[in-house]
Amino acid sequence: MIAELGHFGLALAIAFAIAQAILPLWGAHRGETRLMQAAPALANGQAMALTVSFACLIWASVADDFSVMNVAENSHTLKPLLYKITGAWGSHEGSILFWCLILAWCGAAVALFGNNLPAALRARVIGVLALSACGFELFALLESDPFMRLWPPPENGRDMNPLLQDPGLAFHPPMLYAGYVGFAIPFAFAVAALLEGRMDASWGRWVRPWTLGAWCCLTGGIALGSWWSYYVLGWGGFWFWDPVENASLLPWLTGTALLHCAIVVEKREALKIWTVLLAIGTFAFSLSGTFLVRSGILNSVHSFANDPARGVFILGLLGLVIGGSLLLFLIRAPLLGASGVFAPVSREGALVLNNILLCSITAVVATGTSYPLFADLLGGMKISVGPPFYNATVLPLAAPLFIAMAIGPLLSWKRASLVPALMKLWWVALIALLVGGFCLYGMTALPAVFMAAAAWMICGALADIVERTKLFRVSLGNSFSRLINLPMSAFGTTLGHAGLGVTIIGIAGMSLATQEVVLVHPGETVNLAGYQWTLNGLSDAKGSNYNARVATITVKQDGELITVLAPERRAFTTQTMTTTEAKIHTNLVRDLYAVLGEERDGAAVLRLHDNTMAPLIWLGALVMGMGGLCSLLDRRLRVSVPTRAASVPAGAKKA
Amino acid sequence: MKRKHQRMLLVGGCVLGLSVATILVFQAFRSTGELFVIPSKIAAVAPKNGRAFRLGGMVEQGSLQRLQDGTHPTVSFRVSDGIASETVTYVGILPDLFREGQGVVALGKLASDGSFVAQEVLAKHDENYMPPDMADELKKTGWNPNKGSPPAAALWNAPKVSG
Repeated sequence: MIAELGHFGLALAIAFAIAQAILPLWGAHRGETRLMQAAPALANGQAMALTVSFACLIWASVADDFSVMNVAENSHTLKPLLYKITGAWGSHEGSILFWCLILAWCGAAVALFGNNLPAALRARVIGVLALSACGFELFALLESDPFMRLWPPPENGRDMNPLLQDPGLAFHPPMLYAGYVGFAIPFAFAVAALLEGRMDASWGRWVRPWTLGAWCCLTGGIALGSWWSYYVLGWGGFWFWDPVENASLLPWLTGTALLHCAIVVEKREALKIWTVLLAIGTFAFSLSGTFLVRSGILNSVHSFANDPARGVFILGLLGLVIGGSLLLFLIRAPLLGASGVFAPVSREGALVLNNILLCSITAVVATGTSYPLFADLLGGMKISVGPPFYNATVLPLAAPLFIAMAIGPLLSWKRASLVPALMKLWWVALIALLVGGFCLYGMTALPAVFMAAAAWMICGALADIVERTKLFRVSLGNSFSRLINLPMSAFGTTLGHAGLGVTIIGIAGMSLATQEVVLVHPGETVNLAGYQWTLNGLSDAKGSNYNARVATITVKQDGELITVLAPERRAFTTQTMTTTEAKIHTNLVRDLYAVLGEERDGAAVLRLHDNTMAPLIWLGALVMGMGGLCSLLDRRLRVSVPTRAASVPAGAKKA
Repeated sequence: MKRKHQRMLLVGGCVLGLSVATILVFQAFRSTGELFVIPSKIAAVAPKNGRAFRLGGMVEQGSLQRLQDGTHPTVSFRVSDGIASETVTYVGILPDLFREGQGVVALGKLASDGSFVAQEVLAKHDENYMPPDMADELKKTGWNPNKGSPPAAALWNAPKVSG
């Protein structure tokens, strides 16, 4: 009964979505206010129907209703409650429904917070969102129905892939999906601007917070995913340049470019056409990221829920959404009008450089990800590209980006000169050189260069604040009051840029990581990286749906106990699958990491890692995300826009 | 700065960025692309200059040996494509899904004695999975993976396998 309710909710949502796509767009076209005003209510209706539908799926999973095929295939009575809930978005069908749910919530968010938008623009944005939602909800209903019944119901379910039964993965997909789908809003704004044939500074001001929000979620989602693969897959690495990972990196790169580009639209009314193209491109990458991977067209070592049979529908849908919006772009983009003029050396110029470099990196990563597919189709060659390819292509393009990141914020709008900006950075350059020189003692050249680059980025980000507060040039009290009066977005920029620097330190620091695979008997000690690792013993343990073998390892340094690690090997009973549970001791600057392998005649194979600076990779992402939040809290983004567009009603927006 | 000049500069910048990216991509493909090779093709295709490539095939039944090199546990196994087989040595923990008689892909280089030294052994998180590359290559040797599970390794090792 509950499953049928969910099924009905999904069908109802499609009905809402179709109405929501047609009425407001038609109304905006004909200038009929009543039709346009229907948009928010329809968007809320669609969101509510899908919420009910998804809640039903969770209910079926929690209540162990194995007559629902999706639950029978992915759940088990013995599965812990948390994973029964998160399993709702862990399966293929559930994840697509979840994707649609977030898209519907985006529409509802625009309806709720978009009171200060011009009525026609709001109607068009909501309509475009519904138009794309229609397609994907139809896909969920027709091709991947999560509420399909199974008769006769099996006595028990087949359980979820044990690798997914992890708290990190419980929160990774929602975060990632919120990021992916969040870029639907800038996309809808871009398409709406094309439909209107008009775009001004206020457009940039409306789009920026939505882009920022999506970007924060995507940053967090990518970081969580990378952290999960670091500690669950137990390979000790954090990024494998796998198609799934690349698929999330691509919209992040173009989304970052979009974020910076929207500032230029907002401040200077320049680069409009480019911004629209970026908004379309980012959502296109988000879409293809989710669905190409899910459909099994790009294969990967860690994609879980895929089904090649559904590929054709997905490809058609992707072609329709992406091709349609690009066609609209070709026809309507010239209407958006001329841009403001600026000198090559200026803040705009720096942001253009940022965009060119980010898009070049995107192109390189996209080529690397899709090349094996094309090479096979065209030449019958079996070639895969691994980390060496990406190191050789991404790093040379990232280096100038890192250098420009510190200089850009110090340039003034419209026209600037490079020399004074560089003069302000002399101390930053000095620190970077010292850091680089110091690192050369312990590292090879490339990581040392990147350590220097990270120091340059972090100090360069601080230099912006130093300049704005006139630190050491006026009294400290004066500087402090300037600091308090700085807009939040200034801190956002600093945190965002510094956060990337912190991540780069972590990545460069991983070159110092050491690991060893050893075969030891209980009682034996291994020396690694100045620590003494002793295997105390092996024991058995029992979890709710698995049996585990646990190794107890004490780690000492100069006789002093540092930590006790207990890595496990878990044998899952239902799925007849073994997983390795790595155990990590971290002090936020260094990870001690232990994995238990097989056992041979009472001895155990252990893999021990000393990962210097690894935690900084994710801490940096956290700092970046906080930078995004800071920018989001900026007053200027929340307060109603000074009217350049005639139709904007006055009055503050509550956000 | 006129609008026309600005547009030329923008377009020039984009073209420059993309051409640098293209050059980098081609350079990198030439030097780092990892070829996928099955054992019978090693002599003909595999790079000799110490470049890494991917070796794929089925793990021969009964070929897995656990060795010990000091305190380092080593494993060696044979990978077969039904026509030829290749010895692989690996220091490390084999993936949980590594099984004799199942598909495997190993990334590594040829040693001077002609054996394959793996840096990485990949097995998918799904036991029924076979990388599409491998399925295609193996089809050419006579067995169609769509027609069911791989034949027993003993049979598989015979030169002619029909599927």
